[in-house]
Amino acid sequence: MERSQWGTRAGFIMAAVGSAIGLGNIWRFPYVAYENGGGAFFIPYLFALLTAGIPILILEFTIGHRYRGSAPLSFFRMSGKKAEWLGWWAVIVSFVISVYYAVIIAWAMRYTIFAINQAWGTDTETFLFADFLQLGDVPGQTGDIVWGIFIPLALVWAITLGILLAGVKKGIEAANRIFIPTLVVIFLIIVIRAVTLDGAMMGLNAFFEPNFDAIMDPSVWVAAYGHIFFSLSVAFAIMITYSSYLPKKSDITNNAFITGFANSSFELLAGIGVFAALGFMAAQSGVEVADVAAGGVGLAFVVFPQIINQFPGLNGLFGVLFFLSLTLAGLTSLMSITETYVAAISEKFGTSRRKAVAFGGGLAALISILFATQGGLYFLDLADYYINQFGVAAVGLIEVVMVVWVLRKADNLKNHANAISDIQLGGWWKFSLGVITPIVLGYMMFGLLRLNILKGFETETGNYEGYSDMFTLFGGVAVAAGALILGILFSLGKWHKSHAQFEEEK
Amino acid sequence: MEVSAIVVMIIGMVLLWGGLAASIFNAVRSGKKNKADNAA
Repeated sequence: MERSQWGTRAGFIMAAVGSAIGLGNIWRFPYVAYENGGGAFFIPYLFALLTAGIPILILEFTIGHRYRGSAPLSFFRMSGKKAEWLGWWAVIVSFVISVYYAVIIAWAMRYTIFAINQAWGTDTETFLFADFLQLGDVPGQTGDIVWGIFIPLALVWAITLGILLAGVKKGIEAANRIFIPTLVVIFLIIVIRAVTLDGAMMGLNAFFEPNFDAIMDPSVWVAAYGHIFFSLSVAFAIMITYSSYLPKKSDITNNAFITGFANSSFELLAGIGVFAALGFMAAQSGVEVADVAAGGVGLAFVVFPQIINQFPGLNGLFGVLFFLSLTLAGLTSLMSITETYVAAISEKFGTSRRKAVAFGGGLAALISILFATQGGLYFLDLADYYINQFGVAAVGLIEVVMVVWVLRKADNLKNHANAISDIQLGGWWKFSLGVITPIVLGYMMFGLLRLNILKGFETETGNYEGYSDMFTLFGGVAVAAGALILGILFSLGKWHKSHAQFEEEK
Repeated sequence: MEVSAIVVMIIGMVLLWGGLAASIFNAVRSGKKNKADNAA
């Protein structure tokens, strides 16, 4: 069976950038930067981009391109069964993320409609939690299905799986060629309007004013590396899968630089737009920017509706543009996350793409209904925390240690990338992957393990967000551990005969 | 806006957007060069 291929280099870059640019660029980066030294945060951020983000991107692009398979198949072809489990672990982590990520896109889609007449009213917090999510009181109980989430969720899956069914070139590439330029144009309109609002300069000042003392704090460096890591879609199996669709004669290194810088450029744009808007809100309310600054769900679905309410004109239009940008950013990422297990299922069992989309995507869509219930937000919050910290970050740490130190493939991969790329990799790349990334990620993982095992959160139960022991165990720890166990189990099976043999190029 | 904030904003823009522009420029340049080599 002939392998799918991207139509053009630009098509691949658009898809990789579309995967990297997600909800986190808009609602996570601005707040992380603000909380960790403001303008001074750019110093550790740039270090992290150049010594972890782009080197890991290059690593994953090279693995996918050299071994020409989904993450499990690429690792299997690299070193057999002793590495395959790592690919499956990353794929299962992606599967878990896709089931709740789709729900957040469904919220954004619904809020795009609400924005037309600001249906959220004046009390946006009550509207989100009580009226829209119909959030239950007890974490761990599902309650009824919330149809206002279920219907857009079905639409999100229909769009995503429809695109994946159309294939790599006609589906993923074509969709990203439309979605990414549209997203950038929409966001530029939002940013231009935001920076011309009253109080915008106050917001930008809060965002960019450097606190150089902060960069002496190790936690700020960990925050920078952690953010770069989560932001670039590395250790998700995505970039390995996407680069496996590149033609044999394709640049690797420069593509990674374009993807990394495009992602960071969009984050900077998002930071300017978000903090200009927060400055406007602070000025309107007569408070400090610190009093209104927020990140995550609170920023997007509570604070931004308030900002849109206070807009001097065209409130509906700017509300629609903001939530449409969230929807587009989310969809381009969701299709890449889903592609990881579609490709892996298809290759492992030798099934058609259509069947793999129907089975893998269908199962994910079915499980995601859990997050469209009254208790969905609690499940989402807990699964998101554990699968990111003990799934994505752990896969990333083990990936670099395995490839560089255990399997000793770094030189082999470096030679492969250098043979086809403009920018030549040198000692910087190997040192970043073999020393800097493991130290920073290892330090981060150690801190996280200590925090969770010793129940060091400043909450009533000592657990994340104050959740009960049982809920934390089954809704978080079991999900993260289950991804690893399932990954190992999947690796025990044989590959379909069409993928079992692979001649490695010398 | 404070001067230090403006300076940081400009440096951030130059480094990130400049880095993006430079890497795209490099890709376009090498694409043209490869095309010319293939034609020759």
